[in-house]
Amino acid sequence: MTKITDLGVAALRDGVRDGTFSARDVATAFNDAVAGAKALNAFIVETPELALAAADSADADRASGNLKPLSGVPIGMKDLFATKGVQTTAASHMLEGFTPQYESSVSAKLWAAGAGMLGKLNLDQFAMGSSNETSYFGNVISPWRRNNGDTAALAPGGSSGGSSAAIAARLCPAATGTDTGGSIRQPAAFTGISGIKPTYGRCSRWGIVAFASSLDQAGPMARDVRDCAILLENMAGFDPKDSTSLDLPVPNWEAGLSANLKGKKIGIPKEYRVDGMPAEIEALWEQGIAWLKDAGADIVEVSLPHTQYALPAYYIVAPAEASSNLARYDGVRYGLRDLPDGANLQDMYAATRAAGFGDEVKRRILIGTYVLSAGFYDAYYTQAQKVRALIARDFDLAWQSCDLLLTPTAPSAAFGLGEKNADPLAMYLNDVFTVPTSLAGLPAMSVPGGLDAQGLPLGLQIIGKALDEQSVLNAGLAIEERAGFTARPDKWW
Amino acid sequence: MSVDPQTVRKIASLARIAVTDAQVDAMVPELNNILGWIEQLGEVDTSAVQPMTAVIPNSLRLRDDAVTDGDVRDAVLKNAPQAEHGFFAVPKVIE
Repeated sequence: MTKITDLGVAALRDGVRDGTFSARDVATAFNDAVAGAKALNAFIVETPELALAAADSADADRASGNLKPLSGVPIGMKDLFATKGVQTTAASHMLEGFTPQYESSVSAKLWAAGAGMLGKLNLDQFAMGSSNETSYFGNVISPWRRNNGDTAALAPGGSSGGSSAAIAARLCPAATGTDTGGSIRQPAAFTGISGIKPTYGRCSRWGIVAFASSLDQAGPMARDVRDCAILLENMAGFDPKDSTSLDLPVPNWEAGLSANLKGKKIGIPKEYRVDGMPAEIEALWEQGIAWLKDAGADIVEVSLPHTQYALPAYYIVAPAEASSNLARYDGVRYGLRDLPDGANLQDMYAATRAAGFGDEVKRRILIGTYVLSAGFYDAYYTQAQKVRALIARDFDLAWQSCDLLLTPTAPSAAFGLGEKNADPLAMYLNDVFTVPTSLAGLPAMSVPGGLDAQGLPLGLQIIGKALDEQSVLNAGLAIEERAGFTARPDKWW
Repeated sequence: MSVDPQTVRKIASLARIAVTDAQVDAMVPELNNILGWIEQLGEVDTSAVQPMTAVIPNSLRLRDDAVTDGDVRDAVLKNAPQAEHGFFAVPKVIE
């Protein structure tokens, strides 16, 4: 029999429903996997008792004929979602020990759907990073290693690096992620799993520690497209507590899955052929095009002329919003307080924030403060928001000739920990293919396409029109069926 | 545009983040590197463009003007570094 921890969301849900195993068996198997994988440092807090409690409810619900959509499915929760009674840190010293008295809307929906929580997953501090190296609680180590005998620790991607590592290592069948500039898609690509960032406004931001509010969006990460669809159905939906939440019905994405792309036009944006892109990424992209043709789609070349300006615009807009959002950490209402002897209130603020924020968070707050400061606001922030409008318009124009876009997810496979963190700019460039979609609020997903010569996963990104998650998922499924990606990391942890 | 140590100290003060001289010296080239790269946005002609205000068209909703989150004082204070007599406490402020 297949190991329980090798099963995904749909298989666990169906297995519990059919009585193949009990929800308690499932929770126990994953709790054991989590407990045995400390070397990956994927979890900040483990909550085996919560996973078991949800499992017992699921088993009782099965006995009484009241199974819910995710009954029997334990998941990991990125430690950016406020969870009532369970420490929520955003991987920062600032929030170490913070125990929310409320539950985020997205996690509340998942628990109401029957899911259980295995623990809170590590991430880049305040979701700022692309390698999970900015966490106050230490790096997450990717379960993947190069195939040349090299045991160098590799980045699981970021910011949802605990989520990606845990899913790839079979510590959980699925997890929540959040994506501001690529934080679901890039880690998914680095670890050979799938992840979708839905349209901005699909998932409530209420109770998610805020980074850049006009970009932040929650989404699921899992090992296949169907599992992403199932999770997303149970995360999305209108929430009056989030003023940007979309008041629209949640489609039945799982039931709508179809790998037949007949009649769909797939755009290939020529500006994404960036200088210095590894030949393997190019080759994978070509392979992806062939797979989508095979699924019945027509391929057209399109132009997104402002692509090169997306990253610099993002690195104005996101830090500006972050500097504003993170002003709340002042040592008064919650979180860390650092009160030097004889300090006044202003000194306390400055000491608290110096002690509570990591270097990358400080860097972004300072950039944000600078671009919003008197005399610079128009030159930087207003100009960036105008460029953002042009980037969104590029996509609108592209939709006149295609339904979806296909691109690589990231410009390289996973890099080694420590390889890029000396140069913030080099790290930022990792998000070159994911940031434009975030700026335009569009749905996009990464699915694994294959391995590079070093045996590391590479991802393909599918971008869709606003609210058309179904087509994105369907194209993802078409690639998944043709890629036949079954590679997984050998257990060394 | 580029920043000098004095500007970095001013920004840090605006952001209420205490910085040492050594930290300022390290930040100056780092921030200039990033700001220099951001500068390329100036190339884009945006004279006929309105700045984006919402990625997905959505109008702000109004709700009834009613207290919907009251009576949770203890929960609000639960994570306070220092709470006294039902209030947040801060160091003495004398202007």
